[in-house]
Parts: sequence; C-alpha cells; structure tokens
Amino acid sequence: MIPEFGHFALIIGFVLAIILAVVPAWGAWRRNSRAMALAPGLSIGLLVFVGISFACLSIAFLQDDFSVQVVAANSNSLLPPIYKFSAVWGNHEGSLLLWALILSLWTAAVAVFSAQLPLLVLARVLSVMGAIGVGFLSFLLLTSNPFARLLPGTPADGNDLNPLLQDPGLIIHPPLLYMGYVGFSVAFAFAIAALLGGRLDASWARWSRPWTNVAWAFLTLGIMLGSWWAYYELGWGGWWFWDPVENASFMPWLAGTALIHSLAATEKRGLFKSWTVLLAIFAFSLSLLGTFLVRSGVLTSVHAFATDPARGLFILVFLLLVVGGSLTLYALRAPSVTSRVSFEWISRESLILCNNVVFLVATITVLFGTLFPLIMDALGGGKYSVGPPYFNAVFVPLMALLIPFMGIGPVARWKRDSVRRWQSELAVPAIVAVLCGFTLPLLNAEYNLWVALASVLSAWLLLGLLRDLWYRVKSAPSLAAGLRRISASYWGMFVAHLGFAACVIGVVATSQYNIEHDLKMSPGDTEVLAGYEFRFVELAQVRGPNFVADEARFEVSRDGEIIARLAPQKRRYLASGQVMTEAAIGAGLFRDLYVAMGEPIGSDGAWAMRLHYKPMVRWMWLGAILIAFGAFTTVFDKRYRRLRKQAVAGASGEALHGA
Amino acid sequence: MHPVRKQRLYLVLFVVLFSSAAAGLVTYALRGNINLFFPPAEVAQGKAPVGKPIRVGGMVMDGSVQRSDESLAVAFTLTDYEANVPVVYEGILPDLFGEGQGAVASGVLDEQGVLRASEVLAKHDENYMPPEVAHALEKSGFDHKGNAK
Repeated sequence: MIPEFGHFALIIGFVLAIILAVVPAWGAWRRNSRAMALAPGLSIGLLVFVGISFACLSIAFLQDDFSVQVVAANSNSLLPPIYKFSAVWGNHEGSLLLWALILSLWTAAVAVFSAQLPLLVLARVLSVMGAIGVGFLSFLLLTSNPFARLLPGTPADGNDLNPLLQDPGLIIHPPLLYMGYVGFSVAFAFAIAALLGGRLDASWARWSRPWTNVAWAFLTLGIMLGSWWAYYELGWGGWWFWDPVENASFMPWLAGTALIHSLAATEKRGLFKSWTVLLAIFAFSLSLLGTFLVRSGVLTSVHAFATDPARGLFILVFLLLVVGGSLTLYALRAPSVTSRVSFEWISRESLILCNNVVFLVATITVLFGTLFPLIMDALGGGKYSVGPPYFNAVFVPLMALLIPFMGIGPVARWKRDSVRRWQSELAVPAIVAVLCGFTLPLLNAEYNLWVALASVLSAWLLLGLLRDLWYRVKSAPSLAAGLRRISASYWGMFVAHLGFAACVIGVVATSQYNIEHDLKMSPGDTEVLAGYEFRFVELAQVRGPNFVADEARFEVSRDGEIIARLAPQKRRYLASGQVMTEAAIGAGLFRDLYVAMGEPIGSDGAWAMRLHYKPMVRWMWLGAILIAFGAFTTVFDKRYRRLRKQAVAGASGEALHGA
Repeated sequence: MHPVRKQRLYLVLFVVLFSSAAAGLVTYALRGNINLFFPPAEVAQGKAPVGKPIRVGGMVMDGSVQRSDESLAVAFTLTDYEANVPVVYEGILPDLFGEGQGAVASGVLDEQGVLRASEVLAKHDENYMPPEVAHALEKSGFDHKGNAK
C-alpha cells in the first residue's frame, strides 16, 4: 500500500509542478499579482509531495518490501539498515527521485528565503524551477517509475546492493553532488527570469550570487567525496580517473567556477552582464548533460550501470529543449542589456576575465575529451577512448597558467590599477615564492622540478593573499579589530583560494612522490617502501554482517617502531556472491600508507598485494573542503542582510514600475 | 577608434589567441593519447596495428586463465566466439574479472599477435556488459554464453 501512496504523491507533485510552471509565469506576463502570489505556496506543496514520495520509497527499502522492483534489485534483508536507506539512491530510479527531491528542496528554499524579492522576479524564478521539475518528474513517471511492483513473482529476498556502494562515503556523496548539480538550476532560473524581464542589473547579480555560491560549494564537497571514495573503496589507490562520469560532475564545477567569479564582477561593477547570464545557462546545461551521460549508458565508465536507451533519449530531448530554449531567449533578449561600464586593462576586472577564459577553455577541453568517443562512434570512425594522459596534458598547463593571475587578484583594484603598484606590492611575495620553490622540495629525499613549480605557485598564491590581508588590517587600531572589520565574503574568498593552494600542493606532491609496489607476499614476508617496513603478519578469516572475508594483517614500522596495523580485506558478499577489495589505509597529514589485496597466488597462502606510499594526498581533499567552506562563508556577508531590508522598502515601487 | 570598441577588439584578439593555443594543445594531447577498440575477430583478420596502443574486448574464455605461481603474471584469452586473442598481463586484476565474463584489455599487440596489456577492465555490476563487448558479440552473432543467436 505504501508504494502506491508514494506513486500517488509523486503524481500530485507532478501536477503541482505543472501549475507552478504555468500559472505564476502567466501571472508575471499579465501582471496578475494573485496568480504570481501562488508561486511560493506551490513550491512548498511540491516539496511536501515529492518528500512524501521519497519517504515512501525509503520505507519500502527499510521494510524489505521486495515486491517493489527497485527494492528487490538493489537491497537485501541482510543489508545493514543504514545501507538499506542509502540503497534508495543507489539505483537509477531512486537516484532520480533524489534528484527531484533536491530540486523541490531548492525551489522551496528560494520561495522561503527570497521573500524580499520583488514578486514579479520571484514568480518568474519559481516558474522556471517548476518547469525543470515538470521535466524531471515526467521522466520519473514515464520511464523510471521507482514504485513499479513485481506482482506476482515477488522474490523471497533481494539481489543486494552493489558492494561498492555499501560504504559511508556513498551515503552522503550523491546527495551532496546533487545539491550542487541541481543547485545550479537556481542560478539558471534567476538568469532566465532576468532575460524574461529584460532587466539585468547589479541587484539581479546580488540575488543570484549567494545561491550560486552555495550550490558551487555543495558541488565541490560532492566531487571531493567522490574522489575520496574512489581512493579507498575501488582498491587501486587512484583518486581521479578522468572517467566520463567524473568529468560529468567536473564540467559544471569548472563552468560554475567561472560563473561565481563573473557574478562578482557583475555585482560589484555591473560588468559582463550578458556573459554571466550565458555562463549560468552553460553551467546548468552541463549539469543536465552530466545526468544524460550518467543515466543513458552511452559511455563506458566505472559508473555506468545497466541502462535503458529510451531514458537516454528522453534526457537528450529535455536537454535540447532547455539549452535550445534558453539560448533562443538569450539571443532575443541579451542585445538589450549591454553594459556601458568600462575598465582599464590593468585592473581586477581583467584578472577575473582571465579566470573566466581559463575555466571556460578548461571546461571545453574536458567536454571535448569526454564527448570525442561519442562523436567518433556516431560518425562511424570507430570506438575510441580518450585516457587520462590527454586530460592531464591539457588541464595541468591551464591550471598552472591560472595561478600567476590568481596571486595578483586579491591585491588588484577594481576599474584601474597600475603595474607599478603591483610590482611594489608583490615584489616580496614573488621573491619569497621563488625561494620556497628552491627550498621546500628539499624536505623530500629527491629534488623534483614539478614539486618545485607547485611550491612556487602555491607560495605565490598564499603570499598574495597574506599581503592583501595585512594591507587591510594594518590601518586598524589593533589586529583583532582589523580582522573583525573584514567582511564575510572577503574571508570566503581568502579561505577558498587558500584551499586551492593546498589542492595544488597535494595533487602535485602525491603524483610525483607516490610509490606503488604490486607484488607477491606470503605471511611473514616484509617489504620496504619509502623507509616504511610493511610486514605481512598473518592471514585470517573474518565474518561481517553480510559478507565473509579473507583478511591480511599487516604491521607497518619505521626505524623499528610499529606505527600502524593495517588489515585489508577481500570480501565475498553472501547475497550476490560478488567479491570486493577493501583497502586498509594508515592516514596522516603528510603521508598515507595504503594496502590492498589482489588475489591468492599459488598454493602456499601467498597473495598478490598492492602497497602504496602516498605523500600529502589528504591535502587535496582538505583543500577542497576549505574551498567549499569559503564558498559557504560568503553567504553570511552583511550586505545580503542589508539587501533584505532595502528590498522590503523597495518592493512596492518595483511592483508598480514593472520590469 | 572608439575606446570601448578598441577594448572589445583586444578582448576578441585575446580570446582568439588563447583558444587557438588551447586548440593546439588539445590536438597535440589527442595525438598520442587516444586508442581504438577492436573486437577479437578484427584482430585475427590483421586489422589491428602492431605496436600501437589499442583496446581489445570480449569474453574471457573458459579455462584460459593461467596464473604464475611465482609472480603476478597472468595469461588469458579474450574471445568473441569467432576468433581469439591471447593476452598477457602483469599486475592485479579487478575483482569482477573471471572466466566467462566480459573484459576489456588495453595494451600493445606484439608480432606474435599477443596483446601485452597494461590495464584490464572488467564489468563491475552483475548485469552490466561493457558496451564495446556487447557490440563485438552482436557483430560475431553469439550471445555472451557463446550460443549462436
């Protein structure tokens, strides 16, 4: 009964989404304020019903209702309850329902937290969100009904959740990633609303900026968690594979990075308006493209699960409608919003432009590499694959090119600055950065040119930030007073850029100093890696809640002292019979020690073992957390609160004035 | 020239220069780093180049997997039930690699027609078949159990 209830709630949600897409938009067109005023209520109703639907599916999973098809295919009575819950989105139908839930969450959030927006703008924004909701809910209902029953023929037990997905990281990775993906729909909705109204101004940028920053922060966290999960769960110690599905989440991130920077220029200086709108459309389109790539199964990928071509076609058509429709609207309306503001070449605007060009080119090259196999296949050119070397060869130089400008960014002034001032401000940072490049890599045994370069760039970035911070603080009566005076959005930028520097160091140091040994080991054997002695103590059999495992017990010592006991496992899941590697990691801020089991070799109890020494690999994820934290911080800036007060006063005038 | 136009001109020039540099980089990077997929039947017909990185995919033939007792070396045969390609690999195989399952090996074909693989990918979910393998089997006219369709 509960699944039918969930299905019914989903249908009601769908109907509400249609009303939300049509009525307030009509109201905005005819200036009917009663129709427009329906939008917030409808948005909350949408959230309630999609929420009920999601809750019903969760109940079906938690209660082991194997008469529901997705439950039978993706869960099992032996599964620990927390994984029964995360199994809800560990499959195609459920993950789309999660997508719809998060979309309605964002819609309702806009309805609640944007009460200060002029009604006209709010109605348009929510209408656009509603229209996106119609697309996804109809996709769910028509092609991917999560509540489909297996009646008759209900199995006694379920097929089990893919063991790779039975992991704490996978409980939160998809929701965070979707918060980011779908969050760009808010930026998109604001952009479309602005185009519909024909008014693109600084206040528009101010409204959409906090939303975009939050979505981008979630996306950063989601990608970071995905990378971390791949690192410890896939059992081969890699943290980024340039896999099509990773790229699918990375492209909106890259476009989103360009977007949040150009939004800054639009808000502060009224510049790049139509460009910013285009970026918002672009970022959301890439989110949709990501969904298409992941859900259609057109690409060979570690994420591709059994799929259905009809679904791919649906998303493709939806994607074309959204992209085609919004670009047409853009072409019709954008020429009327050209900005009259000018700026000098030596200015912060130019640096933001550099950021935008670099990130856009990076997005396009990743997009090209991801779609190249598809294009070649469609043209009958054969089945190609584009591997990591391509992406590294293109992406790494682009990022290296970015950082010199990034170091100047905080110090630079808007509108007009001078090279001479930059020279005097940044001479000391430049010298210190170069010194860092010479000295820091010496901390490791061998001098490495790439690490030296990364040290110079990160130090340059860090020192530029500190130089500017000092500049802001020095005129204050005390250090504490000076620091307090700095705005939340400045702190956000500071922390995020700091995080980027940490990422650069982490990525380069692990890639360059990483040591991997795959070898045959019997109990009692030892192997030395970067001064760490790995001793294979014994092999044991262990039993988990829904698996049995061979466990290899290792002691890792350095200079005769035991510093870690690691116990990697080779698990066999009982329900599906699937075998899975569970790596063991001795984590540290400056190095990770990684052990994973391969397969048994010979008859004397020997195993193929994978031993890794990974210096500074955590810096990359810590850096990503800092980046996300910085982006969240910007939302607490005072000016958004001030804006709320102003808007309440100005709202009546806006309504009369129209748009 | 009007200053705004001049600025726009510089902007366009900058974008054009930068993107052509990027395009150059892309072409350079693509040249050495893409590889083409061949089903075993085409390898047997000599269509696959020797000494160039390629991928070969098919089913791992029953009884063909031979592991060394001494090292991590492993040899197996990939088949589309029309032709076979012997593969040698040294390293740890993925968890879901097994006889009678689909797999894709990437590496270099030597003079004897043996694929020296540097990477072996297997399916990672019970119902999933790598698309290239499915396509190769479709071409050879057999299903994944080797029965003629």
